[in-house]
Amino acid sequence: MTAPLEVDVAVVGGGIVGCAVARELAGHGVSVALIEAKGDVGDATSKANTAILHTGFDALPGSLESRLVRRGYELLSAYADDAGVPVERVGALLVAWTDEELAALPKLLTKARDNGYEHGEIVDSDDVYRRVPALGPGALGGLSIPDESIVCSWTAALAYATEAVHRGAHLLLRHRVSAVEVGDERTVLRTDRGDVSARWVVNAAGLGADHLDRMLGHDRFTVVPRRGELIVFDKLARPLAPCIVLPVPSSRGKGVLISPTVYGNVMLGPTAEDLDDRSDTSTSEAGLASLLEKGRALMPVLLDEEVTTTYAGLRAATEHSDYVVDLDAAQRYLLLGGIRSTGLTASMALAEHAVELLRSAGEPLTARTDLPPTPRMPNVGEAFPRPYADDALIAADPDYGRVVCFCERVTRGEVRDAFASTIPPTDVDGLRRRTRALMGRCQGFYCGAEVTRLLDEHVRTTS
Amino acid sequence: MTEVRTEVLVVGGGPAGLSAAAALAPACRVLVLDREHQAGGIPRHSDHTGYGVRDLRTVTTGPKYARRLVDAALASGAEVRTEATVTGWAGERTVEVTTPQGRLTVTADAVVLATGARERPRTARLVAGDRPDGVLSTGLLQNLVHLQHRSPGTRAVVVGSELVSWSAVLTLREAGCTTVLMTTERAHGESYAALRIPASTGLRVPVATRTRVVRVVGRDRVEGVDVEDLATGRRRRVPCDTVVFTGDWIPDHELARLGGVDLDPATKGPRVDARLRTSAPGVFAIGNLVHPVDTADVAALDGRHVADAVRRWFDGGSAAVPAPGVDLVADAPLTWVAPSVVRPGDGVPARGRLLLWTDERRLVARVSVSQDGRELARRSLPWPAVPGRVLRVPASVLHGVRADAGPVRIRLA
Repeated sequence: MTAPLEVDVAVVGGGIVGCAVARELAGHGVSVALIEAKGDVGDATSKANTAILHTGFDALPGSLESRLVRRGYELLSAYADDAGVPVERVGALLVAWTDEELAALPKLLTKARDNGYEHGEIVDSDDVYRRVPALGPGALGGLSIPDESIVCSWTAALAYATEAVHRGAHLLLRHRVSAVEVGDERTVLRTDRGDVSARWVVNAAGLGADHLDRMLGHDRFTVVPRRGELIVFDKLARPLAPCIVLPVPSSRGKGVLISPTVYGNVMLGPTAEDLDDRSDTSTSEAGLASLLEKGRALMPVLLDEEVTTTYAGLRAATEHSDYVVDLDAAQRYLLLGGIRSTGLTASMALAEHAVELLRSAGEPLTARTDLPPTPRMPNVGEAFPRPYADDALIAADPDYGRVVCFCERVTRGEVRDAFASTIPPTDVDGLRRRTRALMGRCQGFYCGAEVTRLLDEHVRTTS
Repeated sequence: MTEVRTEVLVVGGGPAGLSAAAALAPACRVLVLDREHQAGGIPRHSDHTGYGVRDLRTVTTGPKYARRLVDAALASGAEVRTEATVTGWAGERTVEVTTPQGRLTVTADAVVLATGARERPRTARLVAGDRPDGVLSTGLLQNLVHLQHRSPGTRAVVVGSELVSWSAVLTLREAGCTTVLMTTERAHGESYAALRIPASTGLRVPVATRTRVVRVVGRDRVEGVDVEDLATGRRRRVPCDTVVFTGDWIPDHELARLGGVDLDPATKGPRVDARLRTSAPGVFAIGNLVHPVDTADVAALDGRHVADAVRRWFDGGSAAVPAPGVDLVADAPLTWVAPSVVRPGDGVPARGRLLLWTDERRLVARVSVSQDGRELARRSLPWPAVPGRVLRVPASVLHGVRADAGPVRIRLA
């Protein structure tokens, strides 16, 4: 029986928020354990979102979410530059299709300003079609949000986690917390692979945040998994979507949008459907059919393009209309729950906020001056140079000239680098998120066998 | 960045590309680029016999056939470069290439696109459900079994009941995986007995017709598929650990599209005429890129056929830039026809045949060709029209097509 790992702070949940918090705390002179039940970071909600870096123009003004999304947008934009996380400021266009929606635009513009966003602009239908010529007929006007951006959520989570580990954080993958014992000075978290003893516990457990919260004796919210299904169209469709095309929002969420992705595809979605099963990331016939119907109205020519893939993600929705952030000083416990749809954008602001809250509870947290440099992540964004096109890189290392996944132009060198990285992949999906291998139009027809062989070889030689 | 100049650039080293190279190389400088470790195309991993009938007048296995075609291209004097991935265009008849030796720009006097076709994956077919391991296409299955020597699973459902579907069943059996069911949305499956694939023991696989796979089930590994009887609407779950989605071909047309070459909306490959010219001057397209999909030997014969057009292009003159042709359009249940540009004076297409694809079976196939409301020809064929196999029609049915009378329509009569 091994002794428990002893740290100052245990962050439960290795999603985008947990990884950001672990990174931030590890930069403040405390020892950190990042505890994740699955086999990889960012392997749940964080990998299956719409990957939009929100300005927060449509948040609830005055809410914590509004403040943290705004702040998070700035922080992640800057961090993306340092760490090499692909971001493209493509802009968004809210399109009004009915008179009521058109009449709602000025209120949305005011709301944007109330949220601290000043660059919104109402445009007429001519302008809408000038910006997005492929849009279906019937658009009456729009609201332009030029700073709405697209980002790679996979690289962001990996960058945070990698930097956290470089800063000394302990990454505990495949550790599922089954019980929590809060003591006078320290708390013990029991997992299926050993115990962790910490002074503070941060709950960033996403879809499991309410379960963990109840382990600490609370009963204040329930997570309802709200599934969003998406269809991803071929890269050849990219010219059809020069910006994010949004509907006028409703109370259910942001509605079905069309957006370019940083990998060069076009996505259509998401749906919004409450489920019972928190692990059900399957797609449904009804969901896909509803997306096609909406897509046909929004951008008919898009549906003539090939579909590359479909996927579904689960939002951790709660009965609350804002984040559920609460610090319990007696329990030495910080809850970061109910993050719903904006966790990616708010991640670094949530981490900053977590540090502020812990500090205000008396935890001595001082920014370290001895930090290692921010890791430079391998680029998987289509708008930035990639190894297959880099003559100098290939000359130095021919493996960058050996294309392994043809559809996505992923080279042997990049696959090798992923295996040698701080947090290497342990399955095909993990390799895909780090390199783009197998996410292309052929879905493995040409390269699937070779890529899985490389992964199996790596797993065999490292286990 | 190294700049390379050549006379003929062939993109794709499969049967079509290699045969084009072999035909042109004695007289021209030919460079074939293939992105795989070895050239040869799909036959490299299609380890059953039946290859080489129409072009080599032999019967051999896919891998042996592939090697013979590579050897023939090399023997003709063509350069065949592997691990060379064409990534885009950098100008007229100029492409950018990634190789382990660095980036290249290749400029050619003529470009032959021979990039083949692939099966649409489960995702493109919008089959809902989980995303477990064990969902394959025939291409991936063959690769796994014949090149990687791995086992796909133990119990498979094969989606599709065409020629290629039976190829998948045989490959599965070789790898120790039983096919428990084949499904087809059509009223009839292609019967195993209709195929002349030699097998050591009788292959008995239940075929569910008018059946659609509606859901894949299984978290980490396939546990089953839900199928729907299209006649009754009833659904049932078929337990399995492997699903192979076969057929439903789409040409690998990325390079063609990026180059602004006109695509045929029916095949989704480049629109070509009888000489296999595309809409871009000096750019030709052959093989399954143009007719998704025919047998490898037919693709190979395209390669031989296009050599003539390339030579005419080099000879220049007014013959190099063709007069406008008329569209040849397939009417339902025929889904596509290739070539689809008809031009009087173009000569006959490869093997003197039009190639068509049908969505319905007709044991007695009769085609009718008309233009401007007038029937030009009606022909009974000595073979049936069968989904999943190219329907060959003598090009003589186009006799009488006029350049000024609008689109030509071909249908099953």
